[in-house]
Amino acid sequence: MRNIWAIYKKEMRSYFISPIAYVILFIFSLISGYFFFTIVGTYSLMSSQYGQLPYYQELLNIEEFVVSPLFSNLGVVMLFLIPMLTMRLIAEEKGMGTLKLLLSHPVRDVEVLGAKYLAALSMLAAMLLLTFPVPLFLFAYGKPELAPLLCNYLGIFLMGGSFIALGLFASAITERQVIASVLTFGALILFWVINWAQNLTEMNMGIIFEDLSIFTHFENFTKGIIITHDVVYYVVFSGFFLFLAYTALQSRSWRSK
Amino acid sequence: MDMIEVHNVTKYYGPVAALKDISFSVKKGEVLGFLGPNGAGKTTTMSILTCLFPPTKGTAKVGGYDVLEEPIKVKEHIGYMPENISLYTDMIVTRYLSFVAEIKGVPSKRIRGDVDKAIAATELENVAHRGIGKLSRGYLQRVGIAQALVGDPPVLILDEPTIGLDPMQIIAIRKLIESLAGERTVILCSHILPEVSQVCERVIIINRGELVAVDSPNNLQKRLTTTGRLRAVVSGARDKVEKAVSGISGVKGVTVGGETPVGMTYDITLEPQAEIRAEVARAIVGGGFDLMELRSVDVSLEEIFINLVTEETEV
Repeated sequence: MRNIWAIYKKEMRSYFISPIAYVILFIFSLISGYFFFTIVGTYSLMSSQYGQLPYYQELLNIEEFVVSPLFSNLGVVMLFLIPMLTMRLIAEEKGMGTLKLLLSHPVRDVEVLGAKYLAALSMLAAMLLLTFPVPLFLFAYGKPELAPLLCNYLGIFLMGGSFIALGLFASAITERQVIASVLTFGALILFWVINWAQNLTEMNMGIIFEDLSIFTHFENFTKGIIITHDVVYYVVFSGFFLFLAYTALQSRSWRSK
Repeated sequence: MDMIEVHNVTKYYGPVAALKDISFSVKKGEVLGFLGPNGAGKTTTMSILTCLFPPTKGTAKVGGYDVLEEPIKVKEHIGYMPENISLYTDMIVTRYLSFVAEIKGVPSKRIRGDVDKAIAATELENVAHRGIGKLSRGYLQRVGIAQALVGDPPVLILDEPTIGLDPMQIIAIRKLIESLAGERTVILCSHILPEVSQVCERVIIINRGELVAVDSPNNLQKRLTTTGRLRAVVSGARDKVEKAVSGISGVKGVTVGGETPVGMTYDITLEPQAEIRAEVARAIVGGGFDLMELRSVDVSLEEIFINLVTEETEV
């Protein structure tokens, strides 16, 4: 536990000493702010146009027209930013040669991976915390429901955690950060569009493709619905890639070098 | 008590054997030199001892703990400085050492003191608050030794600690290593011989993954001084001197070396165990030449090294 904390602190420090943390946080805030601005703008335009009609009044609600599209878009933004966040985690230490020294200390591979995963998760949490103006404005000028909003945050955090696990694995199999980043990015895009193949295959395979897709499980969260199946998907996805990352780190014992 | 025991360790990288059936042990408090040309298997041996990867065959124990069964215990015993050390360039020295102390399990209260001790031992006070990325190679190597010292492990493994340093820095680091001995068990890997002969009580020479020799530097020297050599500086006609000297019984051969202001240098190879310095002197002076200098030449560790290593390649 102590080792995890020590390595975690080191990781966080290096995120913030190198400008990576600031750049990612700034870009994410900027883009999420812009999304929020345009989505709210569109929503208010629609409200002024259709707000008089009783039928449409029923349909126009903040959850469906602001919160849900905003978080869907933030999910896509994370697809671009998370690989930048995770690429250095292990690849940098491998490339620089510091990993060898780190592993010669009395630490377990699990502790090294755990600490690095937690550090990246903390960065994700920081990114999401910086979207605080969103709920602030929504509650100041509208009457959104709290539960669906929290549900969105939970969903995007779970999905981001899965992205990070995959990124950590990619970072563990190479010495070059760019390769880790491209691998993560490519794999995430594949997991995003894998359900496009569902109509092209037979029924059972189609269901599998649909269920493998990383964004389909996020949709329910954006609607404010928590389904165990989706939570389990993200937890298993993360667990699977963390296990692969662990195997990759351990592979030095049978590959050597 | 043996602090480090290595039994019949073999290591394959794919089809390539990096270590072939190596066995040795190091006693508590001993300073062992681990010598070999580049690519001989030094770093592989050290990587096995520090549990980076396991041996293909054989067992290795540090402080009585097996590297396969209790790697954490083994690693707690070792302070390791790898070859061509690279450190976290974005950290300052003290913070880095505190981090190392923390993951080495030094109790929080002792971290400060331990770090200060390591800094004092390696004379890093001047750069203690500087970023590691801005340090010169010499200081970097010292930080490498400091991080090995933190937590006061009973075993120190230093892999090529003086590589890439200028002569002044090399002398400083050697002095430091000498001062570190004492209670600790130290393994010093090197391909530089004077370094090892100066600091170590016992030397292991390894070549192509096999142990070639295990002995004290003195004994190694004795083993090879069986064929002695003399060096004489004589002024006089070159071929006549050569003829006079090679006529003495016990002289195996004479080669003419460089010219000095007072005469030519002659390297005289002797038959095994021949003590004929007096005869040589008499022959030279008796021949009417001026003998300016005569001394016996010790075989240097370098030569032993080359000798053993080339013997090995010939087999």
